[in-house]
Amino acid sequence: MNPSVHTDSKPHEEGRAGSLIASLEEIQARYGYLPQKALLDLHKRTGSSLVDIYGVATFYRAFSLKPRGKHLISVCLGTACHVNRAPVVAREVERLLNVKAGETTADREFTLETVNCLGACALGPVVVVDGHYFPAVTTSRVGDILQSARVGLNNVKVETDERVFPLEVSCARCNHSLMDPTHPIDGHPSIRVTVSFDNQHGWTALSCLYGSYNVASEYEIPDDTVVNMFCPHCHAELLGGGSCMECGSPMVPMIVRSGGIVQICTRRGCLGHMLDLSGAIVH
Amino acid sequence: MIQLTINGLQASFEKGTTLLEAARFLGFPIPTLCHMEGLSPYGACRLCVVQIGDGPGAKLVSSCTYPVEEGIRVRTASSRVIRARRMIIELLLASCPQSKVIQDLASEHGVRQQRFRQEHETCILCGLCVRMCEEQMAAGAIGFRGRGEHRTIGTPFDITSEKCRQCGGCIYVCPTCQLRCTYTAPEKAICGGCANLQPPCLEKERFDDMMCFMEPCVACEIKKN
Repeated sequence: MNPSVHTDSKPHEEGRAGSLIASLEEIQARYGYLPQKALLDLHKRTGSSLVDIYGVATFYRAFSLKPRGKHLISVCLGTACHVNRAPVVAREVERLLNVKAGETTADREFTLETVNCLGACALGPVVVVDGHYFPAVTTSRVGDILQSARVGLNNVKVETDERVFPLEVSCARCNHSLMDPTHPIDGHPSIRVTVSFDNQHGWTALSCLYGSYNVASEYEIPDDTVVNMFCPHCHAELLGGGSCMECGSPMVPMIVRSGGIVQICTRRGCLGHMLDLSGAIVH
Repeated sequence: MIQLTINGLQASFEKGTTLLEAARFLGFPIPTLCHMEGLSPYGACRLCVVQIGDGPGAKLVSSCTYPVEEGIRVRTASSRVIRARRMIIELLLASCPQSKVIQDLASEHGVRQQRFRQEHETCILCGLCVRMCEEQMAAGAIGFRGRGEHRTIGTPFDITSEKCRQCGGCIYVCPTCQLRCTYTAPEKAICGGCANLQPPCLEKERFDDMMCFMEPCVACEIKKN
């Protein structure tokens, strides 16, 4: 985490009135908080007043000026959760982590915050850990939830998780299938693309399972490298995706065979992706 | 030109004039705290409330931000306005009892009672200093931070701002950090102390209650019961 390297957000949008929150969101997505240096850089780059930037950054609770832990725990204390003993749950989390609400544990593992309503009142008391909702939480379940967060809630068991399903994709340019049965990953044909970064140029095989992030590469791609991806058949660069919602890097679109588009983030280690099946023919 | 009635007086003003400017032009006094000529209107202190309309449909608006409108009937000193203004002063006084400006306002408007717990804040968030810094000094070194009860004024990251030229403009316009009235002790002093030089209780030896200078002496009234 080196705030000084952050320069590659979209300059064409930055600095325009109304783009401040978007810029701050990008910085927050990248570092997990708003480092002072990044805000000063933003001020220098866009010329918008530092007072305004700081004012907006401190106004919204979604922004944090302090480093946050790896896992974010939000305990809902809205009315419906409150009457369902959410304060007891919050106290239990505080006790187990030995922090107060709004604080981060000393080992930077957990940040605990209380929120006022998550809009899931029927599920109360609700606890959200890293974007995963836990409904009707009781004090006895808090320990398990924290443990599962430590293990990693985003680690899915490919064999058993029903949220995982295979996709068949093709190049958006030449429409040639990108599936490669000779390099199976997770027991399914992989998606083969050519990647280039720095001076390296080689193949990469991605798992075709939606929800699995397993990758095999000809060259080891260092974490946080943004790569360029090419179709191995027409050799055109896979371009035209949006920006990653997680980190702001460019995304690569691929055509899903049954209809629709899947986009994946080009930054190594980023799990950002987007599946749009609105064009799909549902049988 | 826009025609309107202020306290029964018909007058016409140019479009874009605020009610405050219009009323002051006609000679009707309206107290203000967060208003200053040369700074953009902000409408934070609400002291400049005036009443628009009559009867149950009447509404209170802050005159410093309200532009003149065709045909409205404005009253700058109706009983409702006076009541609202007194309440605002009382609340301001509760948050910054040591401020000379607010004490004088209270004295001027006959606020002799203090029913709220004193907070001894140093800031009423009127935003004068922020606007002064940005609009007149073209610096923008200070601004609002945080939200709700955590709202404060200061420099980003609480470090000395590169923009600040230490001109002192912010201190000059601040209504709460001018010379403080320390008649007895800072936390006991209250408005009216200056206007009301004669304490109502002459038989007292020590004026150790903040309400000692009120007419009638509220401290004595309370002790009586």
